[in-house]
Amino acid sequence: MSSLERADVARLAALARIDMTDSDLDRLSGQLSAIVDAVATLEEVADADVPATSHPIPMANVEREDVVIPSLTPEEALAAAPQAEGGRYRVPQILGEDA
Amino acid sequence: MSDTTAADRLVRMTAAEMADALAAGEITSTALTQAHLDRIAAVDGDVHAFLYVNTDRALETASAVDADRAAGVSLPRLAGVPIGIKDVLVTKGLPTTAGSRILEGWIPPYDSTVASKVREARMPILGKTNMDEFAMGSSTEHSAFGPTHNPWDLDRIPGGSGGGSAAALAAFESPLTIGSDTGGSIRQPAAVTATVGVKPTYGGVSRYGAIALASSLDQLGPCGRTVLDTALLHEVMGGHDPMDATSLREPVAGAVAAALEGASGDLTGVRIGVIKELGGEGYQDGVRQRFEEALDAARRAGAEIVEVSCPSFVYALAAYYLILPAEASSNLAKFDGVRFGLRVERDTIERTMAATRAQGFGDEVKRRVILGTYALSAGYYDAYYGSAQKVRTLIQRDFDAAFARAHVLVSPTAPTTPFKLGERIDDPLAMYLNDVATIPANLAGIPGMSIPAGLAPEDGLPVGFQLLAPAHEDARLYRVGGAIEALLTAAWGGPLSAQAPRLATTTAEVAK
Amino acid sequence: MSQLTYTDAVNAFDPVFGIEVHVELNTRTKMFCGCLNEFGGEPNTHVCPVCLGLPGSMPVTNGKAVESAIRLGLALGCQIRESSRFARKNYFYPDVSKDYQISQYDEPTSYDGSLEVVLDDGTVVTIAIERAHMEEDAGKNTHVGGGGGIQGADYSLVDYNRGGVPLVEIVTKPIEGMGERTAEVARAYVATIRDIVRGLGISDGRMEQGSLRADVNLSLRPKAADAADQSAVPFGKRSETKNVNSLRAIERAVHYEAARQAELLLAGQPVVQETRHWHEDTSSTTPGRSKEQAEDYRYFPEPDLLPVEPSRAWVEQLRATIPEHPAKLRARLREEWGFSELEMRDAIAADALTLIADTVAAGASPLAARKWWLGELARTANEREVTLQDLPVTASDIAELQGLVDAGTINDKLARQALEGVLAGEGSPATVVEARGLVVVSDDSALEAAVDEALAAQPDVLEKIREGKLQAAGAIVGAVMKTTRGQADAGRVREIILQRAGVEG
Repeated sequence: MSSLERADVARLAALARIDMTDSDLDRLSGQLSAIVDAVATLEEVADADVPATSHPIPMANVEREDVVIPSLTPEEALAAAPQAEGGRYRVPQILGEDA
Repeated sequence: MSDTTAADRLVRMTAAEMADALAAGEITSTALTQAHLDRIAAVDGDVHAFLYVNTDRALETASAVDADRAAGVSLPRLAGVPIGIKDVLVTKGLPTTAGSRILEGWIPPYDSTVASKVREARMPILGKTNMDEFAMGSSTEHSAFGPTHNPWDLDRIPGGSGGGSAAALAAFESPLTIGSDTGGSIRQPAAVTATVGVKPTYGGVSRYGAIALASSLDQLGPCGRTVLDTALLHEVMGGHDPMDATSLREPVAGAVAAALEGASGDLTGVRIGVIKELGGEGYQDGVRQRFEEALDAARRAGAEIVEVSCPSFVYALAAYYLILPAEASSNLAKFDGVRFGLRVERDTIERTMAATRAQGFGDEVKRRVILGTYALSAGYYDAYYGSAQKVRTLIQRDFDAAFARAHVLVSPTAPTTPFKLGERIDDPLAMYLNDVATIPANLAGIPGMSIPAGLAPEDGLPVGFQLLAPAHEDARLYRVGGAIEALLTAAWGGPLSAQAPRLATTTAEVAK
Repeated sequence: MSQLTYTDAVNAFDPVFGIEVHVELNTRTKMFCGCLNEFGGEPNTHVCPVCLGLPGSMPVTNGKAVESAIRLGLALGCQIRESSRFARKNYFYPDVSKDYQISQYDEPTSYDGSLEVVLDDGTVVTIAIERAHMEEDAGKNTHVGGGGGIQGADYSLVDYNRGGVPLVEIVTKPIEGMGERTAEVARAYVATIRDIVRGLGISDGRMEQGSLRADVNLSLRPKAADAADQSAVPFGKRSETKNVNSLRAIERAVHYEAARQAELLLAGQPVVQETRHWHEDTSSTTPGRSKEQAEDYRYFPEPDLLPVEPSRAWVEQLRATIPEHPAKLRARLREEWGFSELEMRDAIAADALTLIADTVAAGASPLAARKWWLGELARTANEREVTLQDLPVTASDIAELQGLVDAGTINDKLARQALEGVLAGEGSPATVVEARGLVVVSDDSALEAAVDEALAAQPDVLEKIREGKLQAAGAIVGAVMKTTRGQADAGRVREIILQRAGVEG
């Protein structure tokens, strides 16, 4: 594991949708490199035979019945919308693809 | 204590005493709630435990409880006892910020399950307490709205991320508060404020409506000045919730009964395991001393003290600081300016999202989100997140082995007494070291408690004593913790919280 | 536009294709919350903290969706994983309310299946299925300004009603060796999936409504000198075409893409691996926006949900509920019913197979069932602009109706009146017949009286009959039918007339 380069931080910030100024990048990459180095030790101790724990208390098959639970009203849903129009959330132009 | 006013006496009661007095008709909830609101107004300008004070609605609840009680309506045990709620918990109609500018002004359209339970318990909600932004921190200095100050020394941190909840207790602004604990955010503030805090077994309290930090580590928990008070609140909060798939099926049983049993101070037959890896180098002398003294008291009361070793704990901090940021980076993606919260508008939605998050998130949040994004990114998953999840398994195995030899495991809750505000803010790694004793419990999902262990001789500041129990055995914490609390309280001649310095009072209104 | 034809393209190169189908399940509620799962509806009327991605919200899995997904996996011949987890697929997009989609990554619940697809000429091809996994749908963006498409729009409006609706994504393995029949096979595969999901009752399977969506992947590789060596030739770069909204469009999209790619390759130019969009109006594809970086979805197991671990016993119970493969079912029914190819095709085209089968099961003959459903009822459905399934009449109603005709209680004309009553909600056929008094009059004395009355009005008829002009009886039958409002048993009336004439009928 290598330390984080400034360019890495810039790329990750874009992936995480957080704008960064040059001084942000400078400050963060130093701090992050130190943290990454500190946590780098794990690979040595976690070998292939050890299973991963994603849920601390093992359970399975937790499901709910296919029964309606009352929704929010559109007014409740849109009350906190930064911008709304015609019962929908309004956002500026979308550059990316339709999924 | 001789010149305490009537209102002062009201706020210094324990929650259990308040509940009894209310039930006996000796006091009204209105008087009790008003006394707390007055106390908040008097001291919170300095303490800054509260981000929002819920004056009118708290008094409405109190008044309704009083009316029902007068009419002979049967009421829950804690009805009329006021409570503060960490601002990580979504409360319908009350502002909820998670300590972040990105949620400034957000009024949720729904209630968290725990907030609903508080309302069902008829407890007046005094307000929302301060916290590190999105619960990321150990000092509450990362709150976007200014830090909380430790009532024991206003120049010092109250712990974090739940510093507001702990300080509110220590400053007698509320008898009970609700916190959240992902790596120690209930227990460590309890330790540095001489209060009690419990992180339940993972899944013991519903997370529905708790703004998520690290989903596999987060738990909400009760905070109070005594073990019994905390037990009473634990029983209100806990239980299965169909809205939280990870919530446990078993009902919360026996916290109060266990606390009452523990109050006798008898520890005959109890085996207490001291975790070798938590308490050596890096731990302040006074912290270790008070810890040993507590163990001595336990020994005299009949407990057998054994040493246990959990070698994988040396990797716990690293595992935690990979798992938490990874899950948090995903959990915090929803803060994008589209449906709620802050929006910094730009010409495209992509740029709007990026500008909103740049402005709305503080530095610690950005650090952890970037770190988490890195830990999950293509090519790095196995080395980082994947490995960290394996270390979790090793930690669970160590705990299993240790619990085969002891009923509860113990350590100092935090390596030091509360440090000064600003002392560690520029050194994230130094800040992370605060959590080294509390993190293993979150990784394993087991319950943990911090109780006051005394004041460190060198600085007169609070020291915390941590107890850990196997998963589902939360009652054991109350049994043993209650006993040690009884023994120490007897030695001190009264609760430690009473020794907190008197805070200067003002008549200034606290900002709502 | 390509000058090359599809045929030219598949002669010059060897096509390899794959299809991703998204099936929208018709559960009552969404995948991870209790909001209504319903097409249409005013915007943001079926939303809650969970599907809106509000802070603090948490998903809980819809058990019915899991059951439907497993049944679909079984119908596709898949293995059902003993323990599978959901995973988060992380990406930012306005219609993805949490900015991650809950899906499945390396542990799909169903995997390694195969499906027989029967082409029009009866050829059977086997399509290998890679996986079928569960995930949630996104909301819907509407683009405002600039022509309504995403490019050049001024702003967009988001409706989250569709967000969180349960989906099953079915992914085929790359399908080789179909040559010129690639387009046909692609289309037939999706049609088969549609029939299967409808047969299972887990989805409406309507491409025009979006409850069945297909993305078509296609690549071309050089033809091997020896056909036996073709599999060893590496795949070419593939395009993924989205927005393919009908079965016909699937075939055309394959045609277009094959021709487009062939033309590039023949000109010595590379085919770019990319996503493209199908345009129905121009029958062509255009490239999507190029991405600067490949998306990194940072998949990790969903911590808020627990693993799906269906017991083997339960899986076997579900296996017993899987209906026959549609092609096999059709062949069997055709033989049982004795329909011609054309009759069968008509029934399929009218989407009436199940209705006919149910009517036969309720006791009617296949002939009668077909007559009603493809005749009177099809006409009614057309008039009302609804499907046969939407009509307020059931298969057992029709069987009952035909039963009344067969028993002579009513005749065809009265049956049509009775059917009107059933469609109007007046009750079962028997109830309507009784309430409206539609019973055929076969009481002899009443009929004799009516006949005598009619004969009195037309005295010369009897003479004509005695003279051998038996068809003259028709006028009397007609008159009697008129006075009895069609309820006379015409055959019996004729007999009586002939009796009156003293003649054998």
